[in-house]
Amino acid sequence: MMLTDSNADVNEPLLHLQEIRVRFGSYTVLRDLTLEIPRGQTLAIIGESGCGKTVLLKSMIGLVRPEQGKVWFNGLELQHLNEQELTRERIKIGFVFQQAALFDSMTVGQNVAFPLRHHVRMDAAEIPNHVVERLAEVGLPSHVVLKKPVELSGGMRKRVGLARALILDPELVLYDEPTTGLDPIMSDVINELIIRTRSRYTVTSVVVTHDMRTARKVADRIVMLTPVDQLNDGEPQIIFDGPPSELERIQDPRVGQFVRGEAGSRLTEVVH
Amino acid sequence: MNSAVIQRTGALFADWMANWGRVVLDGIETVGAMTLFAWKTLRWMVTKRPHPESLWPNLYQVGVLSLPVVALTGTFIGMVLAVQSHFQFSQLGLESRLGAVINMTLVRELGPVLAATMLAGRVGSAMAAELGTMRVTEQIDALDSMGANPIHYLVVPRVLACLFLIPTLTVMADFMGFVGGYGYSVAILGIDEHYYLYNSEQFVEAFDLFAGLFKSFFFGAAIAIVSCYRGFHCRPGAEGVGHAATTSFVISFVLILMLDLFLGILLDSFYYTVWPQGASLF
Repeated sequence: MMLTDSNADVNEPLLHLQEIRVRFGSYTVLRDLTLEIPRGQTLAIIGESGCGKTVLLKSMIGLVRPEQGKVWFNGLELQHLNEQELTRERIKIGFVFQQAALFDSMTVGQNVAFPLRHHVRMDAAEIPNHVVERLAEVGLPSHVVLKKPVELSGGMRKRVGLARALILDPELVLYDEPTTGLDPIMSDVINELIIRTRSRYTVTSVVVTHDMRTARKVADRIVMLTPVDQLNDGEPQIIFDGPPSELERIQDPRVGQFVRGEAGSRLTEVVH
Repeated sequence: MNSAVIQRTGALFADWMANWGRVVLDGIETVGAMTLFAWKTLRWMVTKRPHPESLWPNLYQVGVLSLPVVALTGTFIGMVLAVQSHFQFSQLGLESRLGAVINMTLVRELGPVLAATMLAGRVGSAMAAELGTMRVTEQIDALDSMGANPIHYLVVPRVLACLFLIPTLTVMADFMGFVGGYGYSVAILGIDEHYYLYNSEQFVEAFDLFAGLFKSFFFGAAIAIVSCYRGFHCRPGAEGVGHAATTSFVISFVLILMLDLFLGILLDSFYYTVWPQGASLF
């Protein structure tokens, strides 16, 4: 049930952000950031808290509008699209939020069916079958359809969020901290689901995480951001961009400190 | 040393003025943002039908669940009006006019204003809290990301529910106010039933009822827009949600009083222009 068109040039990057700048009040979160994501790639964006990873992810889908710079998705500049055109592009993107962002007033079944009901002309009797099928793909039994999100564990909510994000067979899936708050076993279940989604649906994936195990396991490419207030003038905000195997060889001490999870000199911030 | 003290005092005063300037600028910005929010809501209201799955629950929440509290409010307003007016009117020997003054005050002012105030607290705060919670848990972003415009899906049904049902609930408040005032006046204060009803009918005109409902229409719109705006622009965390709920009530209440004043002047001007020999109590 693909809602995509075949007009896009497959050699063109699926997503291109050019010199985007995002500020909240006087605080600059993203500064002149440029990033291209080819089709079919799984990119992990890592970095310490407050470096702008989630803001960058939301900029990709237009949930955050940069005050400068441009964002292209499928060759179309998002800022120039009207409401209808933006909706048409957004339904090609699945977004898995950090806390799943399930609608509290709806059941699991209604949550997963929401994109179908709004964007696909389908016989109402067929919708439950599609919902149960997607829930099974993420390892959830059919009886959860009648439960409310508040009755589920964190891991189950994340999987329902993933099922909802995939129901329209998107071209791009964005994951915001998919394993945060989960136990190690459930974290690996989510990692496996990300890998399985990539291979089953041939999607492009962007995973924002500070979990190095997730980044190394699922990603073809890793990009590391650093907070703007730690940069020198003119220094780019992306301080690493390459395959996971290159992480160990990079000379930048900031990358090494993050990858190894060492407090180092940052401990003085806590002590003082 | 004197010049240092003067400089320090000057700096403190300048900071104090700058803070006031910031407050004024923030206020103007908020009024502008709220107006734009209302404009977007109006555009969505007239260009696309609301989703039934989001409209009906709001009609139920705003209308059905508010009935008991509005009925109680109206009943007590009527009885309190009877209590407060009786002494003054009996001093002048005009107890028989009590029906007129209670019911005219009720349908023109107290019924619409107090019912709207009650609903600003009950419905408005709940809307702000609910939408604020949705904002902080990214459910509004989720709607946006799935191609469902949040204003169309969340705000329009709430505004429509308030626009249609707050005037309806005002009618309920007016009716129960009439019942409460009549019951207290006749049964407790011993006012003559015939003259109570006769004077009510003589002095309370259809225009008075229209004026009250006309105002309640605007009150409903104000409550809905303010509450939804505060919810959508909620600060993070539980504190932010609580702040959104309380400020939505405060701003709605102030707007209700302002609208009551301006619409009252407008309606009275209209009435006495069209009917210069309009009804008077004396």
